[in-house]
Amino acid sequence: MDEVKIGGLGASRKRAEDNRFIRGRGTYVDDVVMPGMLHMEILRSPLAHARIKSIDTSAAWAIPGVRLVLTGEMAAQRNLAWMPTLSYDTQAVLATDKVRFQGQEVACVIADDPYIARDGVEAIVVDYEPLTPIVNPKQAMAPDAPIIRDDKAGQTDNRSYRWDVGDKAGTDTVFAEADMVSKVSMHYPRSHPSPLEPCGSIADYDLGTGKLTLYCTSQAPHIVRSAVALIAELPEHLIRVISPDLGGGFGNKVPVYPGYVCSILGSILTGKPVKWVEDRSSNLISTGFGRDMYLDGEIAMRRDGKMLGVRMHVTTDQGAFFADAQPSKFKVGLLHSAFACYDVPVGHITADGAYTNKSPGGVAYRCSFRVTEAMYFQERMVQAAADDLGMDQAEFRRVNLLPDDAFPARTPFGFLVDSGQYGKCLKVGLDAIGYQDFLVEQAEARKRGRLLGIGISTMTEPLGAGNSREYDILGIKMFDSAELRVHPSGKAILRTGARSQGQGHETTWAQIVAHELGLPADDVVVEEGDTDTAPYGMGTYASRSTPVAGAAVSMVSRKIRAKARKLAAHLLEVSEEDVEWELGRFYVRGAQDRGVSIQECAAAAYSNMPDGMEPGLEGNAYYDPPNLTWPFACYIAMVEVDPETGVWDVLRFVAVDDCGVRINPMIVEGQIMGGLTEAYAMASMQFQTYDAEGNMVGSNFMDYLLPSTWETPGFELHEVVTPCPHHPIGAKGVGECATVGGPAAFVNAVIDAVGHTGVRNIDMPVLPDRVWEALRTGHDYSGAPPVKGD
Amino acid sequence: MSTPTQKEDGVDQRRITVSVNGESRSAEVEPRLLLAHLLRQGLGLTGTHIGCDTTNCGACTVLYDGEPIKSCTMLAVQADGHEVTTVEGLGTPSELDPVQEGFKEEHGLQCGFCTPGMMLAAKALITRNDEPSEEDVRWALSGNLCRCTGYQNIVKAVLWAADKERANGGGSAEGPSTAEHTDLTV
Repeated sequence: MDEVKIGGLGASRKRAEDNRFIRGRGTYVDDVVMPGMLHMEILRSPLAHARIKSIDTSAAWAIPGVRLVLTGEMAAQRNLAWMPTLSYDTQAVLATDKVRFQGQEVACVIADDPYIARDGVEAIVVDYEPLTPIVNPKQAMAPDAPIIRDDKAGQTDNRSYRWDVGDKAGTDTVFAEADMVSKVSMHYPRSHPSPLEPCGSIADYDLGTGKLTLYCTSQAPHIVRSAVALIAELPEHLIRVISPDLGGGFGNKVPVYPGYVCSILGSILTGKPVKWVEDRSSNLISTGFGRDMYLDGEIAMRRDGKMLGVRMHVTTDQGAFFADAQPSKFKVGLLHSAFACYDVPVGHITADGAYTNKSPGGVAYRCSFRVTEAMYFQERMVQAAADDLGMDQAEFRRVNLLPDDAFPARTPFGFLVDSGQYGKCLKVGLDAIGYQDFLVEQAEARKRGRLLGIGISTMTEPLGAGNSREYDILGIKMFDSAELRVHPSGKAILRTGARSQGQGHETTWAQIVAHELGLPADDVVVEEGDTDTAPYGMGTYASRSTPVAGAAVSMVSRKIRAKARKLAAHLLEVSEEDVEWELGRFYVRGAQDRGVSIQECAAAAYSNMPDGMEPGLEGNAYYDPPNLTWPFACYIAMVEVDPETGVWDVLRFVAVDDCGVRINPMIVEGQIMGGLTEAYAMASMQFQTYDAEGNMVGSNFMDYLLPSTWETPGFELHEVVTPCPHHPIGAKGVGECATVGGPAAFVNAVIDAVGHTGVRNIDMPVLPDRVWEALRTGHDYSGAPPVKGD
Repeated sequence: MSTPTQKEDGVDQRRITVSVNGESRSAEVEPRLLLAHLLRQGLGLTGTHIGCDTTNCGACTVLYDGEPIKSCTMLAVQADGHEVTTVEGLGTPSELDPVQEGFKEEHGLQCGFCTPGMMLAAKALITRNDEPSEEDVRWALSGNLCRCTGYQNIVKAVLWAADKERANGGGSAEGPSTAEHTDLTV
């Protein structure tokens, strides 16, 4: 049987999802309508930091059609004014004492329709006493800074955490003895994943059964169910979370948001379904952002270019609540995956988190738990080090990348990298873009005043969290799961604990089943997102679906195959040991023409099973991965900077990705192109900052810029294939690689173009005015938000 | 023109009639009701999506007398007496429009949220220009944001659809043009 023809591994199978989406027949949260459903809108704080003196809701109550006005005080009566976060902090659901960021949830109005609910929000009068806001983490960490989290007993400063990893003494020794130390300081600005569909929920608390049904935009519906059980003190078997079609997630839809909790409380109090769908500005101003991290980085080197050690200090800006969705043991995610692709013997990282008067978040937007920052800083540090040495940036990488025979390789911070061919990947990229020819062209162009630049980013990243020894969320180990039922006719239904937001799981999981069982992919329907029906899983983020849930799909298919083999032996009237497998069919050893198809085995499981065998052909698998998967890539950008305006254009962009075995090359390429577009957006135009009064700049699409067809450059894609040795089908995660590795390629290219002025760094987004300023002055450009009093 | 009436609570209402996907639909609406909400909540045509609040994203794009407009930035009463085509009006129950086929063939969608608006903007382009260049496509779709695809496959999808339309001799199947009347209050 031809595996590709039945839509198995390696087939660029057209997507099952498309049939409904191209007809407008997807079902997203806001498309769901329930009988008697009410609508909720949230009143948000206009101030970044203020004491709440009083809230007058009487005018809102007086509007016809308003059914309920919820305040923090009412939530507190139900012990719901605060909730735990996934980083073991607390977050206000509705403000009681103070507001701590602009856009914070203060009150809710529930009404017959969303227009009336919004009228109600406008009618609420809040008396605020303004307090000094802090929007810069360095100011927050100053000894005399006012304490933002005075709600927390024992909190005497604005520190949210301190964390360190690596060998401090060994690193200090290497730095003391090195020929050269290259240093650079940078800020990775706050950006926002802004999925095109904002967040929302519909809570339906059934007073008759005591059961809560919660439709919500969640990438991890089972985690939401467990969290809601914890927060609202409802029993988990009486909570059904349904995450329907999601209009993108990009990490924005992992946390539990106050809006979900308020819709639940609203439904409990009104006895009716309550829908909440936030608008874009609310999404940008209050839900999980990405990044906002400061770095002081150093590389110790020999004069010949060999890296000897790395030292990094980072400060993360957590906003008012430490709410990162990340594994509980890692306060700054997997930042310590930095330098995993390089042969660096020793390193040390220290990290501080700061509370500020900004919205909470940090882990989102294809970051793989802070790996975006790790790889951006790494590749910017590497370029600065090459420049300091006067060495070609490609050659510097070539001599320091781990060689092919190094795997499995232990990184300076303790990870074990599974497999790689980094030198080959770099070479494919350099050849594709014509690196040596470009260097000649660049030198000649410079003589005529044209500023050309080339930027490289080589990286590997850890995807597929993760093994139960190290990875958990809320104490729940980060396994994932699949359940497969084969019907009597040989058609099947598969459910997993992951949750697609456009990544094509409904298409690709069926391909894994086709590969393992020989059932045509079209005969397998895939469902995710309903906690009453899907097996418990940790959801989709950090590119973990293929490494974990995808592995579970393989494993459950193999369990089914093992039972089918017994059925085949029964049908063929031979012993099981004499049964051989080829894709989709068992046959008698030595008599290949005597066989039965997997479909015939399925029929027999219901109609002709051997004595003593349990009827049916189904099973499940919970997969605890032995290690992370480590895809890698080489991204190369070629740019031209206009010296008059600072505007830069991408002339070419080459991407070489290796994610091991590609289940569906078409879908992999779609993921990479989407990720590169996000990388380009962050590098060129996208950020959220705050002014000294704590007002967010970048809270709507007028000034939080998303590239359109017109700005987005073309991408040239290439591949290398190095299978993952520990994954059942050799596949690695890939969804986030391009966003993780892409930004450094763009920024390195611009710095390469303007570096002759002495500029070593321009913080993202590399806006034309920043480039122009750097060209004019030769100074680095910092993008850090202001310190009050500046 | 729409006729003013009043609900019992004193809120101003207008009676409007809009041709939606070839069907004549009548409704009582508040003047402030956005066309996008009339389509989604009033008529249950939930393929039209809302992705922003500042008219940037184009997820709500529909055809208004054949031209692409952002239905979040038009009042329902302004559509009185006009023709609106939504994604549900593309193709027929038995046959996809070439634009729909193109998006599937070229993997021009992932989460699917921008797709209806994107396809309608593409449809308007192809109707106007049966042999668009890549640049024409990129310009015509620059009012429609996508977060998933990076646009490259969307451009391919639209060029695929234009090719198919030309091969068909132009002009795809129109939606049903029955003249049913549906009364509802929004």
